[in-house]
This record gives sequence, C-alpha cells and structure tokens, in this order.
Amino acid sequence: MSLPHIPILRLGRSYESLDKVTIANCRNGEAVAQVSTVNAGILRKDLQKVPAARAALKKFTTAQLLEITSKAADLFLTATLPLGDKGHMQSPEDFAKTLSSTSGLPHVMVRRNMTRIHAAMSNMKSMLNGLTRGLDLTILDRGFGEQSGTKVSFYSTTQALGLVMPSNSPAVNSLWLPAIALKTPVILKPGREEPWTPYRLMQAFIAAGCPTEAFGFYPTDHEGAAEILRSCDRALIFGDKTTTAQYANNPGINVHGPGYSKVLIGEDEIERWPEFIDLIAESISANGGRSCLCASAVVVPKYAAEIADAIAKKIGPYTPTAPDDEKAVLSGFANAKMADYIDGAIDADLKTAGATEATTKYRNGPRKAVVDGSIYLRPTIVHCESFAHPLANREFLFPYASVVQCSQAEMLSKIGYSLVTTAITKDEAWIAQLLECRDIDRLNIGPISTMKISWDQPHEGNMFEFLYKRRSFERA
Amino acid sequence: MAIKYPANPQVAQTELDAHVREIIQWHFSPETGCPFWLDWAKKNFDPRTEVKCFADLMQKFPHFQDEWLRDEQPEVWAPAAFKGQPFNIFETGGTTGMPKQRIGWNDYKVDYSEFAEKISDEHFPRNHYWLMMGPTGPRRLRLAIEHLANVRGCSCYFLDLDPRFVKKVISNKQFDVARSYMDHVVDQAITLLKHRKISALFTTPKLLEALAEKVNIFEAGIRGVFCGGTTMTPQYVRFIVEEVLEGKIGFYPTYGNTLMGLAASVPIRPEDNFSITYYSPQPRAVLRIVKPSQTDTLVNYDEFGRVELTTLTKEFFMPRFLERDEAIRRAARAPYQWDGVGDVRPFGAMEKTIVEGVY
Repeated sequence: MSLPHIPILRLGRSYESLDKVTIANCRNGEAVAQVSTVNAGILRKDLQKVPAARAALKKFTTAQLLEITSKAADLFLTATLPLGDKGHMQSPEDFAKTLSSTSGLPHVMVRRNMTRIHAAMSNMKSMLNGLTRGLDLTILDRGFGEQSGTKVSFYSTTQALGLVMPSNSPAVNSLWLPAIALKTPVILKPGREEPWTPYRLMQAFIAAGCPTEAFGFYPTDHEGAAEILRSCDRALIFGDKTTTAQYANNPGINVHGPGYSKVLIGEDEIERWPEFIDLIAESISANGGRSCLCASAVVVPKYAAEIADAIAKKIGPYTPTAPDDEKAVLSGFANAKMADYIDGAIDADLKTAGATEATTKYRNGPRKAVVDGSIYLRPTIVHCESFAHPLANREFLFPYASVVQCSQAEMLSKIGYSLVTTAITKDEAWIAQLLECRDIDRLNIGPISTMKISWDQPHEGNMFEFLYKRRSFERA
Repeated sequence: MAIKYPANPQVAQTELDAHVREIIQWHFSPETGCPFWLDWAKKNFDPRTEVKCFADLMQKFPHFQDEWLRDEQPEVWAPAAFKGQPFNIFETGGTTGMPKQRIGWNDYKVDYSEFAEKISDEHFPRNHYWLMMGPTGPRRLRLAIEHLANVRGCSCYFLDLDPRFVKKVISNKQFDVARSYMDHVVDQAITLLKHRKISALFTTPKLLEALAEKVNIFEAGIRGVFCGGTTMTPQYVRFIVEEVLEGKIGFYPTYGNTLMGLAASVPIRPEDNFSITYYSPQPRAVLRIVKPSQTDTLVNYDEFGRVELTTLTKEFFMPRFLERDEAIRRAARAPYQWDGVGDVRPFGAMEKTIVEGVY
C-alpha cells in the first residue's frame, strides 16, 4: 500500500501540496509518511479567512463544544481515525507505533502521553472552570451576563490561536485544547517529526462533530512559522532559549521554552533527604526527561554530594530498551546530531572545575548509547559546587539534573526562572518567601512531583485570560 | 517582427555553430574586437583558428571569471566596431563591494523586441499601460522593460526598488525594515493602480504576492504579469497561478540577468505539474546544465546541475560563465529546438539558506 500522505488542513479544505517532506523512522530510516508543506503566502491567504472559521465555531454553545471535546477525547484514545487523504486509517496502536518510530519515544511513553491528553480533554469542563474562576460559561455564548452579582462581559482577543509546536513530547498539545471550547480556531504548525498528535487530535474533534473550518494544520518553513506568530493576535511558540527570547516581550505570544523546573529542600527537611530520592528521581526522569516539567536541578542546603550519588544510584543504571518494552524509561533521539551536541556539551562543561558527574560509576558505559539503530543518552546527574558552574542550571532533552548546594537563605535569589518548583519544607517563613518569589511559575509545597498537573490550574499562563478579555459593560 | 525558429535540433545546432564562428571572428579581430579579448588571445591562443563550432568553444575556453567584470574598466569590453559610441553601463549583484558591470548598446532592445512576440495580446493589450515594480537603478531591466512596453505600443510606469538594500537588511536580520520597505514599494503600486489605467505588470514573485495581499489585482485592471526572479518551485508557481492570480491573469515567468538577456518560459501544461522550463535566446545566449564537480560535462536530462551561460553577441562575448544558480536540464520543446533549464534555484539551495530578498 502507498505511504500515508498528510495534507494541509486549510480551515475546512484539505490540500495536497507539490512540496512534501518524507518523515522517516528514526531507527531504520524507512519512510513512514509524506507530509505536504506550504509557503508563508498560503498561510497569509488563509489567515484572511479566519473570521469565517471563528463564525463556524460560534454557531455552537460552549456547552456543546465541551461535549464535542469530551467525545473527541475518547475518539483520540480509542478510535480508528483517518490518517491523511489517501484512505489510510490509524488505530490507537498504530498511532503509538508510528509516533514512537519518528520521535524515539517508547510505546509506553506515547501511551502515557495519550492518556494525559485524554485526561485534559475529558476534564475540559473543570479545566475551564479553573481557568475562568467559576464563570458561568453561557456568558461566553451571550457575550455578557452576571457573575457573583456583578455585570461581566468578555470579548475574544483573537480570531484564531496560532501554534508553533515542538516535536519533543506529544502531551504539549494539551495546551491548545481549551481553544476549541473557547470558540477559537487553531492555526497550527506541527513539529518536524511530530505531525501525528495534532493531526489525530483534529481528526478526533472533526469526528466528534466539530466543524472542519476550526482547524488549520500547516507544516511550513521558518517564514511560515513567523507568519503565524505575526498574524494571529494570540499565539504559542515552543522552542529553545534562543528561539523564545525574541518573542519574550510580545504580550500576544505565549512563549514556552525550557522549564528549568527544580526541587528545593529546606533546612528543616534536609535530614530526611533519603525519603525524597524516589520523588526526585521520578521528577527528573519521567517521560524520558523530555518535559519542561521535568526537574533539571535539585537545590539543597547540605549533603549535595550524597544526594547526587543517591539519585545517580537510582537512575544511573537505566538502560535503553526495545521501543515496545513496557518498562522502557528512556527515549531515543530522532535527531542524532542533537544527541551528539548534548553529549559533547556536557563533557566539555565537566572540564570546568567544580562539578563531578555522579552517574558515571553506576552507568557502566558511555552516556551515549546506540540500541537497534536508535540513539539514546543515559541519565546524567552532576554534582555542582555552586550555581556559578555552567552545568548548574541547564536543561537537556533527556534525564539530566544538577545537584547544587546552596544555603536556604540564598536559594531564591540564585535559582532563576523555574516553570515548576517543588519546595520540600514546612518552614512557614520560607514558604512565605517562596510565595513571593516571581521566578517561580508553578509552586508545589511539600513532596510533590514536578510532573503533577492539576487540570483546574493554569499551566504556563491562563489560556482563558489569553484568549478573552473582560470589558466594562452596561445595558439599558 | 515574427521570430523564425530552427526547424529541428540539427538546424539549431548548425545555426549555433555558424553564429559561434561569426562572433569569434568579430571579437578576436583587431578591427572589430575589444581590448580585453584581443589581449587575452595574445596570452592564450587565437580562437579564430581553433574555434570552428560551439563544441570547440566549450572545449577550448576556460570559464569566464566574474572578477573580470568587477576589476576591469568598462572600456576594455568595448569592441572596436563600436568606437566613439557611448555605451550603457549595466550592473548586476553588488550587495557588498564592487558590482559586476556589463556595457551595451542595443542588445537589450534586441532581446526584448524578440520577447515582445512571445506574450499574448489577451494578457498584454497593445497600446496600453504597464507598471514595473521591480529592481531599477543601474540594472538593464529598467530600460529593457520600458523598451518592451514601447515595442508593444505601451508606456510604462516605474517604482524605485533597490534589491541590494533589501538583501542587506535581511542578512542583518532586520526583517521589520525589509517588510517596511516592501510595504513602501507595494503601497506606491497600489496608488498607481488606483489612479491610472494599467493592464500589465512586471514584478518579482515576492512583490506580486505582497501586492495581491493588499489589492485584488484583477479588479485593479491587471491582465498579464511578467515575472522575473530566481527561485520558483513548482508549488510556488501553483500558488501564484491558483491563489495569487486566481487563474484569471496571464502569468509569464522569465529567467534572465544583465549578462544573458532573457530566457522565456514555455506555457505550463498539466503534465508539467507547475514546473517551469526556460529556453535561452539561442544563438545569442546558450544555457547548459553542467555537473557541479566536473563543469565540462553536461548532466543527464531531468537532473539538476549548475547553470552555465555563454553569451554570444557582437556587443558582448562571455564564454562558459558559471551562474550562481542550479536547474534541471530539460529537453527541447517546440518552438525551441535546444535544451531548456527547469526549476531554477540558487546554487546550493538544498545545502544552505540563500538570501533572495525581494526576489
């Protein structure tokens, strides 16, 4: 049978481009699918039609769209859905295998990501309840209403949500899912190796009754990505520090870069450190260490060397396994050069005095390993004597963390930006300081994994507040 | 003036060989040739005795060096036969440093008079008005387009456009400045389209796209677009034809530069899948597609290779110049009885990012 072909979805119209890229199995190089790509000009053309796309969604009430989202959740997880425009279909098992073959994620992690996405969609009602702080959602249908005895009116900030997606982890797609229930079409550029998840999600939504006009799926080049960010009044971008820095001061663009998530242990709890090793190890290595939620630094007032050694003992022996191994804990790299770069960068920085790799003795071999044609980086824990060391506050796309010794009094001034900080302490005075710390986005107090997500709380910005603004309102 | 094409490839080859002999005789004879080539012959060999056909020319001459057009004063290229006649100085390139310069008298008129017969009255009505929204300044194109319009009984409006500035700001990652300059140019075009009767447009693909985003160019009166520039992938051509021109406006892509003249494209057939093939104005200019690592050897048909240009006019002789482009070698297609070049793109486009600016 022919290779599947994933077309462009042009807000209700499927389009096969003459320009296509072939996506290959990162383990054996075999072609898996062809994906149409388009130039920025086509995006600019289509972006003029976005008001009609929004109008198609506005025909539905928020309650109906929540119902569709919930139905789409089940379809995404369990149904056989169309894959492209050449008659191919994709079961959930096929999805897991295919995504694994092009991203390097083992099947078990793909399935975990699917479950995570399913949960986000199934819990959309409570998610919106959390994001809107209990707003009566019919107010979004009418545009105005009354909440807690106060007149309220909301208007949308954009005709469409622009998305420039990464390839590293399918669950990041859960970030844009509220947009549909919030009556906002999506204009999405998928990651180079990961068209699968957003395409399948769109197919699930469409099968659940969502209008096809709500979805723009545009594999495109840098110019096209820039056009999405420029033309959509609200957009999300994922990328490394360099990519995201240029959009940092643009309020219309929500930047998702490295998370630099951390686990901090307070002076009051440090003597109990052995009890927290499992939690810390899980925070570092869950999802193959690929999430922005994964901890990349552990900051402790003492016992740094001992803690680094204990974590290393726990995760250092992790070895690559077959992609379909149910116990797989490591993810392969789709891009071999990326693995080479990371491996080389860590070795180069280890030559700077003040850091010791704790994992070496537990690993029995080099950091980089090739198994069945797939390239892996095995877990790496580095004990850094201070935050001044270049490896102290780094984030890499595999289970990596530094363990840094720092007095509690200095911690909050040294840690820098943290998407998630888990602070293990009962010290109320320090908790008060943590609550005041503007470098921390999500704060967990007590032994809570950095990976834990609550659906009713915002993650990297509140999507409702991003897509809607409140206005003063009176009606005679 | 009806163009007379050779009946078949053999006739085309015979005509080319005869033209080569005539041009060699012209440029290497003291009474007609230019100082540069006469001096070159003294240091190398006398082509008048050794070059009897196009194949000899390809075999015996080295590649023309573009530095010669930068380093030498323009008068070294003036054939003795043109002595006393002031010449035009045209430039190409020059984003940084000294640009390449070519001198000329009537070549551009000959090239564009010939091309005037290749565009239809339906898309380019005679006795009307044109607009050129493309590189002007020291480029040959500025005069050439005006001549082309005039030959068809038309007059032409012009906008200033400096592609060197655009390339520079894009190289410096000043994308906002580039965008702003492009908007500045396009806004002027919109003003002209609004206040004047214009039916034909010469522009670059990027500017055409930008213009069409701001105004419905069919409703503005445009019926034909003559487009020059570099890269136009089949998908990009399809985008221009289907979405920018909406199938209502004639589209005439061309490939050319100051050194060659103008290669016209053949009409797109369904089986071409929007892939454009250009044919040089042989025998005045010959395009070959050569192996990049062995530039004396042609690539096979339908394979990519580097574009090599040989210009053979009485005003300018330039053998085997390696262009900074690559293209697919295409077979002859009527009315042309010689090889064509398809899907032209910057040389090395697959390996590196090329700044094409407003092109």
